Amino acid sequence: MVAITTLAIFLLVAAGLHFLNKASLQKAAIGGVAMAVAFALPHLWFTTETDGYLPLFTIVLCAVYALFALGLNIVVGFAGLLDLGYVAFFLVGAYVGAWFMSDFAVNVSKHTLTMNFHFLDAASHKIPGIHLSFWIVIVIAGIVAAFAGVVIGAPTLRLKSDYLALVTLGFGEILPEVFRNSDQLPGNLNLTNGTKGIGPVDRVGMGFLHIIPGIPKTIVSSDYRTKYYVILVFCGLFVWVSVKLRDGRLGRAWMAIREDELAASLMGVPLMRTKLWSYAVGAVAGGVGGAFYATIVGTVNVDTFTFSFSIIVLCAVILGGMGNVWGAILGAVVITWFNYTGLTWIGAKINNAAGTKFNFINLQFGLFGLVLVLMMLFRPEGFIPAARSKQVKKAEQQTLANLEVGE
Amino acid sequence: MSTVPANLFRRPQLTLMQILGYAVLALAAFVVVVAFIDGPRTFVQVVVIGFSNGALYALIALGYTMVYGIIELINFAHGDLFMLGSVLAAIFLEERLNQTSSSAKAWMLLAVVMIAVMALCAAFNVTIEKLAYRRLRNSPKLAPLITAVGVSFILQNIGIFMNGSAPHSRASVLPQSSWHVGAIDIRLKYIVVVLVTAPLLLLMTWIVQKTRIGKAMRATAQDRDASLLMGINVDKMISYTFALGGALAGAAGTMFVQVNGTTRYDAGFRLGLIAFTSAVLGGVGNLLGAVIGGVLIGLIQGLNDSGLGFFPGQKWTQTVLFGILIMMIIFRPGGIFGSHQQEKV
Repeated sequence: MVAITTLAIFLLVAAGLHFLNKASLQKAAIGGVAMAVAFALPHLWFTTETDGYLPLFTIVLCAVYALFALGLNIVVGFAGLLDLGYVAFFLVGAYVGAWFMSDFAVNVSKHTLTMNFHFLDAASHKIPGIHLSFWIVIVIAGIVAAFAGVVIGAPTLRLKSDYLALVTLGFGEILPEVFRNSDQLPGNLNLTNGTKGIGPVDRVGMGFLHIIPGIPKTIVSSDYRTKYYVILVFCGLFVWVSVKLRDGRLGRAWMAIREDELAASLMGVPLMRTKLWSYAVGAVAGGVGGAFYATIVGTVNVDTFTFSFSIIVLCAVILGGMGNVWGAILGAVVITWFNYTGLTWIGAKINNAAGTKFNFINLQFGLFGLVLVLMMLFRPEGFIPAARSKQVKKAEQQTLANLEVGE
Repeated sequence: MSTVPANLFRRPQLTLMQILGYAVLALAAFVVVVAFIDGPRTFVQVVVIGFSNGALYALIALGYTMVYGIIELINFAHGDLFMLGSVLAAIFLEERLNQTSSSAKAWMLLAVVMIAVMALCAAFNVTIEKLAYRRLRNSPKLAPLITAVGVSFILQNIGIFMNGSAPHSRASVLPQSSWHVGAIDIRLKYIVVVLVTAPLLLLMTWIVQKTRIGKAMRATAQDRDASLLMGINVDKMISYTFALGGALAGAAGTMFVQVNGTTRYDAGFRLGLIAFTSAVLGGVGNLLGAVIGGVLIGLIQGLNDSGLGFFPGQKWTQTVLFGILIMMIIFRPGGIFGSHQQEKV
């Protein structure tokens, strides 16, 4: 019932767009159906609470990773800068979420033992610590992550692409170690709680929105449906930002740098400033996603932030099509589903059918590696190529055809 | 008289970067001296361990630096090839040949296993290059880099299948005894590692500097198109480079598992990154630099792990080493000896 209603609504919207000449019929139809599916997903008949092939938790994670992929797509896809340390921004966002939405502040040092600061939050006022509204924390996380992006980017973005990849990788390795060890700093300062992690993180309060029927006052930890809609709003917002930036002056400058840095600088594109912007904007998505992730899992643990996270997000961007917003989302959904549910689910089916006991989770690394290698070898433009790389390919073929005619 | 340039008599001026460089060197020397005063005995032992680790890093770093020199690709998979070498060596020696303790026969077999692993790793590396990197040689730079990361993950997965996902302790056939010099204990196994790696490094230098193939490899690294015009089979030279790098990684893997008595599927990722740091420290593309860089990084890591003086100790090792990597890449991308090269247009 929910599915049919949303499908109808979004098809109507799509049809409206089509008749306003904003989109072709095919695109409008695909867009309408896709948006309807995205909205109705947690209510469809094949989603389940915990097990099965589409549990709600996986759907929420798919949406979070879609946000990460959108962010990395700006850095790797639009500006062509290989960032292998995207996990750094995820980490920063998650810790900002944990710092400002938990009782951790009382553990920092002996001077903060009685810290009790609440602002528009959903937590009980008896709980000490710093508790800000989730919506404020999200903004802070985005700003801090963008700042981290500029700090990491400013000295490194002058480098050649392969060195840049290594430096970002280095930062992605250093940051978790710094956070792991920052529980016994000089002066008995405990900034990160080390390997114990920070938690529990507060619930998300919906504020005045809860007067709308169906929206709860605070999102309880098992309410994955509402969580999904919250993150979906952020995804939608970031899609809009991505598309606007891509078609604007900054986006065209990014793509000019991606295609030929030297030529772009000769055309007057300020290289450093343009690259820094891509880092900052890409980092915002990582920070927001990280803070949201903190509220989903409830505890921020430093062991979450590994190199393989950076690779998973990179896989998503490459699978979908570097530089394509929709491709990044599709890639993220496919890869995340595969990572959290698909691999075990398919593995169990195969094991049942063949009577074996093979541990398919062990294939995870190899499969992601294979995705990267095969995509680069056979379809470097991804499954949904960006409009621009389609044009480039067409132009190349045209040139080749002309050459043959010339001979 | 007037032909003498005026600046001949002027004292060479120090740039700000040079002053900073010397300041950093002075600080490093100070920290090392303090560490020595803090615990002279530990210091010497740590230096021996660091030197032996550094020799292994040098072997791995050479593979990075040679490949970068010839096709300008950071071969992320190189560290994982080293890991595969360590796993293969352990499986051959411990499980197939049942050598678990130190004896003359075991040492002979270790030598045989090492040569076999070197050959296997060389073959792997050449195959990887043929299957994955060769087709992407003329595509945008991002493509081969991402492919290398992908290959690295595939190799790690092979490592999981062969070695398990947890660290796997392996028997060592190296002598476990120590050598007493005054009050200092020096573990003999670390000396063995240096004794094994040094000839390999010399052999490597000889191949690259003196043989015909080495000459062709250097020519290819300098200018691929010109070498092609001179009748050098460029594809073959690139294969040779990968084979040499792979063989060194195999040797490093064999010695690594023998010295540490354990290996793990992701050992190559971290050690590979450390080895790459060595290559950067010595100047990427500079063979001697890679060796010196490797030894330096080994010493720094050893001293840091000891926690003597101002060294922060083992839990900050990654931060220290990768901090050096980042600082070097940003401030001295040409390495400690190299000059900064302008990007070719």
